[in-house]
Amino acid sequence: MPDSTAAAIATNRFGLGARPGELAACAADPLGWLEAQLKGAPPVIGDPALQNTATMVATIDRVRAQNRALRADNGQALIQAVMKLGAIYRPAYVGEVTARLRLASTTDRSFLERITQFWSNHFAVSVDKAVVLGVAGSYEREAIRPNVLGSFQELLLAVERHPAMLLYLDNYRSVGPESMFAERARERAGRELGINENLAREIMELHTLGVEGGYTQADVTAFAKVITGWSIGAAGKGIQAGGVAGEFYFRPNIHEPGAQKVLGRSYSQDGLRQGESVLLDLARNPATARHIATQLTRHFIADDPPPATVARLAQVFNRSGGDLPSVYRALIAEEAAWSAPLTKFKTPNDYVISAWRALDMPIDDARQVPAVFANLGQRVWSPNSPAGWPDRSADWDGAAALMQRLRWADEIGQRFGAGVNAVQLAPQILGATLSDNTRVALGRAASAAQAVTLLLAAPEFMRR
Amino acid sequence: MDTAMMKRRRFLQGAALAAGGALLTTRLAFAGSDGDSRLIVIIMRGAVDGLAAVPPYGDPDYARLRGALAIAAPGATDGALRLDNLFGLHPQLGFLHESFAAGELTVFHAVASPYRDRSHFDGQDVLESGVITPHASQTGWLNRALAAQSRGARRGTERGVALGSNVPLMMRGPAEVASWSPTKLAELDEDTLQRIADLYSHDPLLGARLGAAQTANSMAADDAPGMMAAGNNRYEEVIQAAAGFLGNDAGPRVAVFDTTGWDTHANEGGARGALGNRFGALDGALRTLKTRLGPTWRNTTVLAVTEFGRTAAINGTGGSDHGTGTAAFLLGGAVKGGRVISDWPGLSAAHLYQQRDVAPTLDVRAVFKGTLVEHMGVPAGALDTVFPDSEKVKPLRDLFRA
Repeated sequence: MPDSTAAAIATNRFGLGARPGELAACAADPLGWLEAQLKGAPPVIGDPALQNTATMVATIDRVRAQNRALRADNGQALIQAVMKLGAIYRPAYVGEVTARLRLASTTDRSFLERITQFWSNHFAVSVDKAVVLGVAGSYEREAIRPNVLGSFQELLLAVERHPAMLLYLDNYRSVGPESMFAERARERAGRELGINENLAREIMELHTLGVEGGYTQADVTAFAKVITGWSIGAAGKGIQAGGVAGEFYFRPNIHEPGAQKVLGRSYSQDGLRQGESVLLDLARNPATARHIATQLTRHFIADDPPPATVARLAQVFNRSGGDLPSVYRALIAEEAAWSAPLTKFKTPNDYVISAWRALDMPIDDARQVPAVFANLGQRVWSPNSPAGWPDRSADWDGAAALMQRLRWADEIGQRFGAGVNAVQLAPQILGATLSDNTRVALGRAASAAQAVTLLLAAPEFMRR
Repeated sequence: MDTAMMKRRRFLQGAALAAGGALLTTRLAFAGSDGDSRLIVIIMRGAVDGLAAVPPYGDPDYARLRGALAIAAPGATDGALRLDNLFGLHPQLGFLHESFAAGELTVFHAVASPYRDRSHFDGQDVLESGVITPHASQTGWLNRALAAQSRGARRGTERGVALGSNVPLMMRGPAEVASWSPTKLAELDEDTLQRIADLYSHDPLLGARLGAAQTANSMAADDAPGMMAAGNNRYEEVIQAAAGFLGNDAGPRVAVFDTTGWDTHANEGGARGALGNRFGALDGALRTLKTRLGPTWRNTTVLAVTEFGRTAAINGTGGSDHGTGTAAFLLGGAVKGGRVISDWPGLSAAHLYQQRDVAPTLDVRAVFKGTLVEHMGVPAGALDTVFPDSEKVKPLRDLFRA
């Protein structure tokens, strides 16, 4: 029997909101509709205008080298050169944000897109760091998207080797204090070089074990030494040169030699393998399973994740060796997922995407797209810390935030609402969650445009 | 359109021009409270390097640990701005230095919250919740303090408002707090707004939020002139809005101003550079605050705090990693300033916390408590609920002018 409530939950809680017709397609078997999205390779954003990270980083390196050459003689030229960097980053960012919205607003695998964006935020980079502006989108396409249906350890390795992460959390030039390079700097110039523990700490605290995961400061420091040398290739001849420009490159000469003890275990492997071994053990650590299970449950089900659900997901994570589709299937099999009321307030990102889907809106001017997310308080890929965007309703439901949403809803109503019959559209989008109050308000609206605004303003459209 | 509405439109257009999007990452929240005293808490997220903000240039280990990032002694080129024989201020903190000389700034050093690990997110949670266990409370100490103020002293009509989209944990809780932020989007017309209000009359949370937003908008409309001239400074527009709200006698009394970007793992810079620029921006915004507040400055206290400090030694990438003890500031016309309050532990290897960080010798809650009791008139008996498990942390006294 078609189940309208379950279909609304499947498309809204697990997906990015229904597109017209989608509820009907999903209603026969909402669980099966979700499970089917986990089969087959993840979709690829195939926009030929988008550049890969390596090309972008190589370009940035080249412009920076030119800038360094200019610094000595010409101030004005330098200013122009620095502006040139922005002129490289910004169009890339606009293109990436637009391509992402285009996929998210049209895909018929919106559960998979939610999962993808969950991981992108779990392994967050932020365009608050200028250089990340040029690579945040390609990072998501290269490190996250292809790996969301694989194992956690594959995803983790792809992320921590990616130049965007190495740039964002500074590891690309973290130097082992006893490395060849540091020794030479000490002898020749009397300079002390050393580690930067930023990436090592956030891998343990945010990406894998979680802050309660049982690691110490000594573990962070040792792990930071383990991943010295995880860096980015560069062209040219100097000490920076080596590897393929803009791609992951292990630099043996800055790697701290010798064994390191992390979480009670000694790692004596050489070079890159030492770090890979630690990462694999972190991926297998039961604390990681608990941490990921908690984050996923909070994201999809409730701000305060039901402990039993977390325990079951963690168990599946452990037993399957971190097989992600198994964990997603366990998530949607949870009864709590289908019974809980609409408690979570959509993030601005998800709100905008769900409106785009509901109204099947065109993207007429790509340059306007980033501003939509920024105006609503969630500029794409710009969380203010490596913890990513917060994931509780209270983080998003402030009065001013709500007001901004309503103003935007009004703008959308006025721009696109004239040809829309919101009374007919509402049940197609909200299914059984459409309330009588909203239905009545839509019917009484003064204009088609106002009815669309009211639909986007409705409590059941604000929540999931 | 009536005059108030016109004013609001104009105001919002001006605010939109001025804001440029910076407000979305710098947040300010307000709430009502007693009497004439104003309090602005600036949360500096990311762990401010206390050894850069308030360099202990007189400590024999300072220059060695800091290497290229060390701030020179007062008098040298780009040297520290002298506070006493041991401490100076970062050279970009010129307004704070003037305030110190004028007796309007107290500097605390080797300060920390009770949190002793090095996670930003847990550290900020403890700093804001006032509870010693991370994530154990959904409410913040500042909100609980406001709720604890005697009802009689609180003005019935006052409400809180958050300038910035959402309310930071420090301000969440039982006392009414709303939020406000400039917008680039047009205002809704009254009819649509009324219909949405009707739609939300069955939804307590959204109904309350919408009401609060409307109140904040009308309050903001009264302060339009102050918002028009914000410059390029990343904090300036928010501070100007704060001045508008707090300068209004009928407005809120307490604000929380959220700033980010203090996590200086790489290329931190010394007297000049990334962190220095940020100090300079904040310093300039505080100068603006004083100017804009006019006579209200006399009753104002600005408390600037961060979740923890950074390593005493610089790291391998010209920055510093997560640490423990750091500096804090108490600024304003109400402050009995011109003092550095610090039981300085020293930077020798034996005195560093875990051989790496400035050892904390002052609990930041002592500053919070002193401020709440002496400046905001919160009853001392309420402090145990505002800061649970803090009996041993006595309020710092005599921080304010009589």
